[in-house]
Amino acid sequence: MSTPVPEARRRRRLVVTGMSTLTALVLLFGYHTSTDPTASAGTVAVGTAVAGSGSTSSGSTGSGSTSSGSTSSGSTGSGSASSGSAAGTTTVTGDAADTRWGPVQVRITTDGSTITAVDVVEFPTGNGRDQEINAYAVPELVQETLSAQSADIDMVSGATVTSTGYLQSLQSALDQAGL
Amino acid sequence: MTTATGSRTVRRVAHVMGFPVSLAVRGRHADDAAGRRAWEDAVDSLARAESVFSTYRADSWISRLDRGEVDVVDCPPEVAEVLALGDAAADASGGAFSVHRPRRDGGFGLDPSGVVKGWALERSAAALRALDETDFCLSGGGDLLCRTLDPAAEPWRIGIEDPFAPQRLLARVPVSTGAVATSGTAHRGAHVVDARTGAAPAAVAQVTVVGASLTWADIDATAAFALGPDAATWLSTRAGRTGLVVWADGTTTPVPDVQRSQW
Repeated sequence: MSTPVPEARRRRRLVVTGMSTLTALVLLFGYHTSTDPTASAGTVAVGTAVAGSGSTSSGSTGSGSTSSGSTSSGSTGSGSASSGSAAGTTTVTGDAADTRWGPVQVRITTDGSTITAVDVVEFPTGNGRDQEINAYAVPELVQETLSAQSADIDMVSGATVTSTGYLQSLQSALDQAGL
Repeated sequence: MTTATGSRTVRRVAHVMGFPVSLAVRGRHADDAAGRRAWEDAVDSLARAESVFSTYRADSWISRLDRGEVDVVDCPPEVAEVLALGDAAADASGGAFSVHRPRRDGGFGLDPSGVVKGWALERSAAALRALDETDFCLSGGGDLLCRTLDPAAEPWRIGIEDPFAPQRLLARVPVSTGAVATSGTAHRGAHVVDARTGAAPAAVAQVTVVGASLTWADIDATAAFALGPDAATWLSTRAGRTGLVVWADGTTTPVPDVQRSQW
């Protein structure tokens, strides 16, 4: 009945093809910025890495992420361009950019003029805060019966509560407990 | 830096638009004059939305528009905004969601209620968002939005009501900054219908949606509910949302974010 929640992993892989999907990648990381300007460091790091990689110049890719102002040592930095098996295919790995949630590192593959794949080789994980930049938690079923007094909650979401039904509602109990 | 972590949560309640509005607020302006003013502004904003959009008031702009006494261009600009949202929601839900409801006489009536609530709450929160170093959770009739400035602060802990026993919780979800909307039959009976058929969906008891925007969480919860047996399938296609579908037989389907599940 319950669907397992995907756990944050140390390394995640996102393979996309074509230019249009780059927009999705940038949006993915830029998602939170509309509500929290403090997330901009992460957005800049990834967005710049993708944009810079369009030239297939490994130098510009590696240095691109430094514009976030928080670049890490970059162990797989500027010089990591390598030719793949297919003719004209180039793979470039950008520097790992430190964000407040952890390092972000992107590897792109081009066929000379078009980006054919983007891998996220390093992704922030683990401390729970990475959810801030990419997703919301899935509601978790509560097994035990809870009353407002024992529930460790701040607010209740439920089918539309009218003012007449309010006094019977959990939210009412919460409000009274807090006043 | 002063953070809201560990500071006392202040609660305020008002009744407007026919439902109770609850605020939980913590941080610098939780209990000062600026915080109280922001709360009053939020309530005023909701009262204005009610005067424009209420289908229960014969003198509201939406009622006059429905009777053909005025055109959209005559109305305050938010009327066109809400109707456009309704059209976008209809597109996204294959027509299950609509601000044009079938009437018993065979015609269509204008009822933007499914859009207005979330949209109005979202708009009203602007006053609270302007408060620095202050976190809040604003709830209107069971739909809510949260703001937490410090990513390290504890998220707001949101309970999801059990549609079969509204005095109990069915689930919990932590939300730092985002929205939670729930649509269902508890409290008000069958008030959501599939706009394609005019019939109340039978298979689903309650749909909860978590996302960035309360406007869209509310629309999606209503649309998913209206889709009945397809509620969870449709919701799983909506990027940037998670959710929980409670079926009429009491079973549940948690819905992960489609963006995350691709990874």
